[in-house]
Amino acid sequence: MSATVRIPTILRTYTDGRAEVTAEGATLAEVVKDLERNHPGISARILDDAGQLRRFVNVYVNDDDVRFDGGLDAVVKDGAAVSIIPAVAGGC
Amino acid sequence: MATAIPVAAPAVDLGPAAALSCRECGARTPLGPHFACAECFGPLEIAYDFGSYEAEELRRRIESGPASIWRYAPLLPVPADVASKPNLNPGWTPLVKADNLGRELGFTAQLHVKDDSGNPTHSFKDRVVACAIEAARAFDFTTLSCSSTGNLAGAVGAAAARAGFKSCVFIPHDLEQGKVVMAGVYGGELVGIQGNYDDVNRFCSELIGDPAGEGWGFVNVNLRPYYGEGSKTLAYEICEQLGWRLPEQIVIPIASGSQLTKIDKGLQELIGLGLVEDRPYKIFGAQAEGCSPVSAAYKAGHDVIRPVKPDTIAKSLAIGNPADGPYVLDIARRTGGAVEDVTDAEVVEAIKLLARTEGIFAETAGGVTIGVLKKLVETGQLDPAKETVAINTGDGLKTLDAVADAGLTATIRPTLESFRAAGLASA
Repeated sequence: MSATVRIPTILRTYTDGRAEVTAEGATLAEVVKDLERNHPGISARILDDAGQLRRFVNVYVNDDDVRFDGGLDAVVKDGAAVSIIPAVAGGC
Repeated sequence: MATAIPVAAPAVDLGPAAALSCRECGARTPLGPHFACAECFGPLEIAYDFGSYEAEELRRRIESGPASIWRYAPLLPVPADVASKPNLNPGWTPLVKADNLGRELGFTAQLHVKDDSGNPTHSFKDRVVACAIEAARAFDFTTLSCSSTGNLAGAVGAAAARAGFKSCVFIPHDLEQGKVVMAGVYGGELVGIQGNYDDVNRFCSELIGDPAGEGWGFVNVNLRPYYGEGSKTLAYEICEQLGWRLPEQIVIPIASGSQLTKIDKGLQELIGLGLVEDRPYKIFGAQAEGCSPVSAAYKAGHDVIRPVKPDTIAKSLAIGNPADGPYVLDIARRTGGAVEDVTDAEVVEAIKLLARTEGIFAETAGGVTIGVLKKLVETGQLDPAKETVAINTGDGLKTLDAVADAGLTATIRPTLESFRAAGLASA
């Protein structure tokens, strides 16, 4: 299972400036683990001390926010596009 | 929060802004077009060095300033000569004594409506955009952009036109016509995205990290720390208009929660600077039931927000994944306020109630605020014997569909007979 992972600007120091990398895994947790293997240090930026997604990180698998799909247990199908995005907001 | 030691001498002149500081972990970074902490992804905020003012001197300086948010320039991330630059000069909107509405809702203390529909593009967004424009100038951006539920798109388009920037703004494709026209008329690019606001927001976040978006200042993304500070001016104005006094209760609409958190920040700054007497105040948040993740978390006693898919007529508040939601919960609980929500039917009723009692035509977000104000009184959560301010963030002309049944009450021939026959003689 291989996924394409889009890396936000603030994490590109871990990917030699690359905006997109590939990672293996059938779930988001496995994808993050594989990212860490190839880009040491990146996982601690995405996950908090308890191993959960940080409060201000949004992760999408294809177009779906993983918070609606099991969080780190979200299924990542072969060829999926994973996006890691800092939370921002508008409105009032 | 008012004292800050710069991490380095700022390379840009943004007045008292000294550095960016992470709200979560406190890590500091020099001023720049950044919005997320490189350590923990937490939101970056402006850390100030306000210098040493005598409260009386600062108060005098503000009172002799322009009738716009720039009277508060010493407290904002803008250069001291900001008022001389081309800008929409928003703010200093009326604080309306809402006696009729207060009577109807059972208030024994003074109720006010801070009516921000009077801003140049008819919503509070002109305040935040005016601050973001100064940051865009400082960081040499030439194109202004944003993700928007409508009001912001119009505010950015207008401000860009006045200040000489190009603009390209992104909105959900199915917004109210009034907002689409208001955003499109200023001549910049207006792009409809097939998706809801959260999809638009996500798209913009990705565009920032891509060469296609290079050189663009997204007012509510990479300029967000500067942009957000504009909302503090609501707090400053309310207190100054009350005679440099804190209100006892404030009701504020919640979309991302940014405005509510910045109003609290503004009140705390005024206390810290000695401009108002420190006394307790309560902050209440208002949401529409069809997009009420913060209200749901408040009522459930949670301190994290579970995102929702929005379904409400209050589209300017339809943010299902509100980034500042956890901070709203902290503030409502810390101050002894609450977060409440109302149905779309109650929103419509509240728009009409405010119009009928005070002659103020609010957009749906204002309907949410007034509807929640009513509900808070009825449920005993808000004390009608305490001075209260409710904020109307935008103009009803932008959301005409919500009250489309408020048309003609009679159609007659142009004769007195017809007039009398219609029973209007004693109206």
